[in-house]
Amino acid sequence: MKILICISKTPDTTAKIAFTDNNTKFAADGVQWIINPYDEWYSLVRAIELKEADPSVVLHLVNVGGADSEPIIRKALALGGDEAIRVNADQSDSYFTAAQIAQIAKEGSYDLIFTGKETIDYNGSSIGGMIAEILDIPFVSHAVKFDLASSQTTIVREIDGGEETVQVNLPLVVSCQKGMAEQRIPNMKGIMGARTKPLKVVEPIATEALTSVVAFDLPPAKAGVKLVSADNPEELVRLLSEEAKAI
Amino acid sequence: MSVLVFIDIADGQIKKASFEAACYGAQTAALLATKAEAIVLGTCEADLSVLGQYGISKVHTVSDAKLNHFDSQVFTKIIADAAAGADVIVFSNNTTGKAIAPRLSARLKAGLVTGAVALPEVSAGFVVKKSVFSGKAFANIGINSAKKIIALNPNAFNITKTDGIAEVAALNSEIPAAAVTVLSVNKVTGEIPLSEADIVVSGGRGLKGPENWGLVTDLAKLLGAATACSRPVADIHWRPHHEHVGQTGLAIAPNLYIAIGISGAIQHLAGVNRSKTIVVINKDPEAPFFKAADYGIVGDAFEVVPKIIDAVKKLKGMS
Ligand SMILES: Cc1cc2nc3c(=O)[nH]c(=O)nc-3n(C[C@H](O)[C@H](O)[C@H](O)COP(=O)(O)OP(=O)(O)OC[C@H]3O[C@@H](n4cnc5c(N)ncnc54)[C@H](O)[C@@H]3O)c2cc1C
Repeated sequence: MKILICISKTPDTTAKIAFTDNNTKFAADGVQWIINPYDEWYSLVRAIELKEADPSVVLHLVNVGGADSEPIIRKALALGGDEAIRVNADQSDSYFTAAQIAQIAKEGSYDLIFTGKETIDYNGSSIGGMIAEILDIPFVSHAVKFDLASSQTTIVREIDGGEETVQVNLPLVVSCQKGMAEQRIPNMKGIMGARTKPLKVVEPIATEALTSVVAFDLPPAKAGVKLVSADNPEELVRLLSEEAKAI
Repeated sequence: MSVLVFIDIADGQIKKASFEAACYGAQTAALLATKAEAIVLGTCEADLSVLGQYGISKVHTVSDAKLNHFDSQVFTKIIADAAAGADVIVFSNNTTGKAIAPRLSARLKAGLVTGAVALPEVSAGFVVKKSVFSGKAFANIGINSAKKIIALNPNAFNITKTDGIAEVAALNSEIPAAAVTVLSVNKVTGEIPLSEADIVVSGGRGLKGPENWGLVTDLAKLLGAATACSRPVADIHWRPHHEHVGQTGLAIAPNLYIAIGISGAIQHLAGVNRSKTIVVINKDPEAPFFKAADYGIVGDAFEVVPKIIDAVKKLKGMS
């Protein structure tokens, strides 16, 4: 049983969102980088739990990114995982990124591929579905629970307004979301061990980018809050009805 | 040469987000001087010709109960065949759209923009504005491929209705075997899905415990609103996970967001700041949420919210 876990690098959630180069690039100066929370908290931890339950499970991490991704890859390895692969390319277009991961998946014949539900920077929710299509295997998105018995998986996935329990055979791609597992903090043994785990760097395959960023914008600032006295909540309701026309 | 809109149905009815996608598709078609068609998979009780009122000229249906549970692989194959003549394919960026649009993008080598918030700019190239950083910014993305796919964020595009009746025609489509078997469905009926709700009432740790949630649910019921919560509230299981909004939960953009006892941390704001009107009720005048709010009351939620409930009842002529 081999699991490939996609790990993406995103700015810390408190990072200031600003742009440079005529608003074409994220202003990365001074920004702290983290493992995309959906990748770390849910897909990686769930995969680690599967290995804890069955030590024969092999966990490989994959990242598409430059050398500056290595600190977050090492951090992921400190949580768990046997080795990591970095595809040495900028993660710009989703299709380009998915094609790289699909290539790694093909070469390593993995049984299961985990992604996070989305990255918290680009909010694409695209990579998992694209990988599955390139490999022509099933894709279950927004998984909140994942169980495995021999080659059959039972997954609870979120749907609009509820949940569905589904059964699918391996191999497949799963995008993971809150509920799958609980966030963990790497321990000293993990951090020490991660330093010597293999981190293989491979060059990307030639793939066209289907999209490109033209420019970023920031939303207009709010005009400022209108405060209503706590003794007069009727006034708030009047404003919402007559001024904001919201109720 | 046309625009094809995927219409997502639930329990035999067209979802609100799909009406938005239909309007978006029709207006995109107008920009490209072409027509918009739609595709509906699964059995549907609703009269699909009403999609004409949203600008759709023709609705293709594959009315087979096998498609009532969705398998992204099966849906992708059918939609890919139906989209042979389409230049632009539009989805709603809801859980169904997020599972199909990326597959279709890879299958057709059609550039995809998910989370679109505005019509494409077609004067030079084809550029779609999308929400990024969970609503903290927007990115304008150029699609370079001949075929293009757009997944429209729920509540980002106004529904406009005109007269019109769409032609409804069955599509002769082979249904491939599904790899995903649905064992059970657990749906909260009668509740408004959070992503589609016009009004959302949300509670934070300031409410002290799940036993006090009546304040949130009573107000929500009165306003026809969905309920949401901050992350710690879901983490400590006061409320279910799917109510968690913010940067690591659901990003929403209702017309009205009422935050009760939520401090307004940057990660929370990221998921709700696209709401049109934000109301904050917090006893701490320094709570960061007030900076992002349109209206606010500095006060104790346990005193203020019951009074708001009474005032809304009065407004609605209920007391
Ligand atoms: C990586 C990361 C990701 C995160 N993602 C998210 C996310 O997606 N969504 C999210 O919500 N958070 C997220 N957080 C957590 C976030 O930083 C805050 O901790 C969280 O939003 C605080 O929740 P809260 O406002 O309910 O609670 P608190 O911060 O404890 O605030 C409670 C508020 O209630 C007020 N209050 C108390 N009593 C009353 C009363 N009687 N009447 C009125 N007001 C009262 C207080 O003044 C206070 O402002 C994330 C954090 C990290 C590090």
